[in-house]
Amino acid sequence: MDDFDVRGLVQPMRVALQVTCINDALYPDTGRNVVRLLRRLGVDVEFPAAQTCCGQPMVNTGYINEAVPVLRTFVDAFAGYDAVVTPSGSCAGSVRHQHAIVSARAGDPLLAERSADLAPRVFELSEFIVDVLGVIDVGAWFPHTVAYHPTCHSLRMLGVGDRPTKLLEAVEGLTLLPLSEAEECCGFGGTFAVKNAGTSVAIGEDKVRNVLATGADVLVAGDRSCLTHIGGLLDRQRSGVRVMHLADVLAQTRPPGGGRR
Amino acid sequence: MTGTFVGMPAFPAAARDALDNAQLRANLDHATSTIRAKRAAVVGELEQWEALRIAGAAIKDDVLLRLDDHLLTLESALQDAGAVVHWARDAAEACRIVAEVARAHEADEVVKVKSMVTQEIGLNEALAAEGIAAWETDLAELIVQLGDDLPSHILVPAIHRNRSEVREIFLREMPDAPPGLTDDPARLAEAARMHLREKFLRAKVAVSGANFAVAETGTLVVVESEGNGRMCLTLPDVLVSVVGIEKVVPSWRDLEVFLQLLPRSSTGERMNPYTSTWSGVTAGDGPQEVHVVLLDNGRTRALADEIGRQALRCIRCSACLNACPVYERVGGHAYGSVYPGPIGAILNPLLRGVGSSDQVDSLPYASTLCGACYEVCPVLIDIPSVLVNLRAQVVDAHRSGLPKAEAVAMKTARATLSSSWRLALAERFTRIGLGAARRFGASAWTRSRDLPEAPQESFRKWWRRTGGRP
Amino acid sequence: MSARADIIGDVRRALAGAPPAPVIERNYLAPSTASTGEVIERFIERVADYQAVVERCDANEVAKRIARAIPQEGAVVVPAGLSWQVPGAVEDTGLSARELDAVHAVVTAATAGIAETGTILLQHGEAEGRRALSLVPDLHVCVIREDQIFAGVPEVMSQLDPRRPTTWISGPSATSDIELIRVEGVHGPRTLHVIVVGT
Repeated sequence: MDDFDVRGLVQPMRVALQVTCINDALYPDTGRNVVRLLRRLGVDVEFPAAQTCCGQPMVNTGYINEAVPVLRTFVDAFAGYDAVVTPSGSCAGSVRHQHAIVSARAGDPLLAERSADLAPRVFELSEFIVDVLGVIDVGAWFPHTVAYHPTCHSLRMLGVGDRPTKLLEAVEGLTLLPLSEAEECCGFGGTFAVKNAGTSVAIGEDKVRNVLATGADVLVAGDRSCLTHIGGLLDRQRSGVRVMHLADVLAQTRPPGGGRR
Repeated sequence: MTGTFVGMPAFPAAARDALDNAQLRANLDHATSTIRAKRAAVVGELEQWEALRIAGAAIKDDVLLRLDDHLLTLESALQDAGAVVHWARDAAEACRIVAEVARAHEADEVVKVKSMVTQEIGLNEALAAEGIAAWETDLAELIVQLGDDLPSHILVPAIHRNRSEVREIFLREMPDAPPGLTDDPARLAEAARMHLREKFLRAKVAVSGANFAVAETGTLVVVESEGNGRMCLTLPDVLVSVVGIEKVVPSWRDLEVFLQLLPRSSTGERMNPYTSTWSGVTAGDGPQEVHVVLLDNGRTRALADEIGRQALRCIRCSACLNACPVYERVGGHAYGSVYPGPIGAILNPLLRGVGSSDQVDSLPYASTLCGACYEVCPVLIDIPSVLVNLRAQVVDAHRSGLPKAEAVAMKTARATLSSSWRLALAERFTRIGLGAARRFGASAWTRSRDLPEAPQESFRKWWRRTGGRP
Repeated sequence: MSARADIIGDVRRALAGAPPAPVIERNYLAPSTASTGEVIERFIERVADYQAVVERCDANEVAKRIARAIPQEGAVVVPAGLSWQVPGAVEDTGLSARELDAVHAVVTAATAGIAETGTILLQHGEAEGRRALSLVPDLHVCVIREDQIFAGVPEVMSQLDPRRPTTWISGPSATSDIELIRVEGVHGPRTLHVIVVGT
């Protein structure tokens, strides 16, 4: 998508927000922050109301048949857009790597074709900002110490690399602290978190230990699902460390009058 | 033991026991992080690593997709080199062949090279039933055998034992253990050397597996460290090698790929201390009677699985075990098989068949799908995708009969997530995320983790109310 | 039906409708830019990394270096085709495993060496001796000529005869089976002494 530059287009690009089911229901503020951030960057993002979910929770649990109508809904909702932005590495990964499996299973060539056409236009938030908009400094202000957890699907399924940390490093007032064993899984794993709760928590506790060792005020990641798990552990331990989505940080700006550093 | 340890509980229950064992977790943490670091260092040395992985995967795919041709080529090359070739459909048939060879030479004992496949088929137990003692000669396998224990790692099977436990096992079970034996690993290794030397010198029959079998030349390859392999492959009069049919590589030259991939992925060395290759019988050197047993035991079942067949590329390096966050916390026993870790989570269902037991069906779920296994696999096995596909097979295998709570939840979710108005309705009434969590067993979540507070309004409701303009 | 027919039949059934085998791209074959001298240096460094003894000498010095490498006391065995005189050594005339077990050291030539991995290869001809010879004694002195050393694994493969038994040796016998602590010397020779001879 190297030639995909919003500013170079005569007709502004039509960009849709795939807010994700978890943000829709549990973390609407993260969705609102994506909208606020993208508008600030000159993107008039739309929210296609027909959207529901990418289908990953079903696919990863083995209910691929059940994901077929969800995929149809997804394709119908987003087919007309030039780009789809989602604040989740996991959902973007599901679109790019699992939708082909689901449509193959459905035995529906038209669905397969439509979803294959759509998949490359679906971007995780940091990919969209860095690659499509070509922006690193989003003009954010966040005077706190931050540790960043690169979630597995962002890191390994999508390969977002250092895009999120570049964005964070450019935030005014933000101090990014190194997280040891950052690339290790947090232990969430979707239904793994309940089917194998003990193991999930054991993995998560090691992540929490590394987070606490950074001394950061805030743990940032690009996936609310992983943050629900890590944040749930941090809250249970009354650690005082907040978890925030990348969008929640990037949306912050210096308040009128300057704020404090 | 057989392919799956007898009577093992399903993964979640077995994992709980492992998680409670603090010593085990400390050993595993130390072992996996040590090997991970060594692997990363020697893999980083090779600029051509990715090209090697791609070639390794392609060679193995060529093997699998033309397996019939390659096997027949291998058979005739082996026969030309003076080996006797046997075919075994399953574990029992393979064990019977090995026992017959031993009996033909009136052997009441055999020495063994560490081999995953002979564990898979339960050879030691089968031979014992025939009155033939099978001596494991790899140090870790010896520790496991003397301790009447189960292996927990492909490369270092006794990784769950620390030095003082090993010393106790040796003093208890090794009649010729030196009386003043300390728990110094060098002294323990020396005790094993002395204990096994007599067995090597007198053995008439040896049993091995093979890391690779070169079709074109009939060459078998054993990769090892201690020299016990060389002893078994060289000193006895008779050698029986049990080889899974997926171990074939087409040509001698292909070894240049795998002998670079395997040691670096496995022990984190540039090369393992010893690799032996041999083709049938060599006059005046080594065993003068050589048997090769080509074993199926579920491999053709795995081969028939379009997505799963890539698991048969596996060269048993165990890099995926060391990289896996789940394996690192629970160890190998929880997987209930000689093949533990991520590769075990796919290989066992593929070899044995989804639906064959609750234990097997629990394995595809023993993963967070983090992808660390795929990242380190030297032959590019996409373990997460195979896991997801096997989960679908598990679900399909259980579609008849009484639906589980999970299946009901997924059907509800399908209906809810197929249309936005149903989702909006669901959000209004049940707040779907929390509802699903509770349905799946909120206690499993909340025992150690808080749940987030439900928001005042969903994103979709906010957008409808404001048009996205705050 | 025989097991053979069953298995081949099952393989063919499993592959019905499977895609064709892929083309094998060997992009890992990067031509080595190292000079001969650098290759020898790397070989020596990497053999030493395995806790093997390694030394380098001229052709006229080999006999002296061998004499220094073998123990003052204890039996030494050599293969019949070894080019160098080893004082007091017995030639291998098909000693039994037990007889070999009473021997302290063995001196052999090598077939080839790999610098990248610090490996010596024996194809067990006249000068390398049969496999048991370099296995049972506790000290293995191996003499390798510089022109037998190749840069990497691919370069050495074409030098080998796949139908002959081959032993790849990278340092002395070792185990890390107890707490991953490396112990040199288990069943194979506990000491490996490599003499690299200039040509």
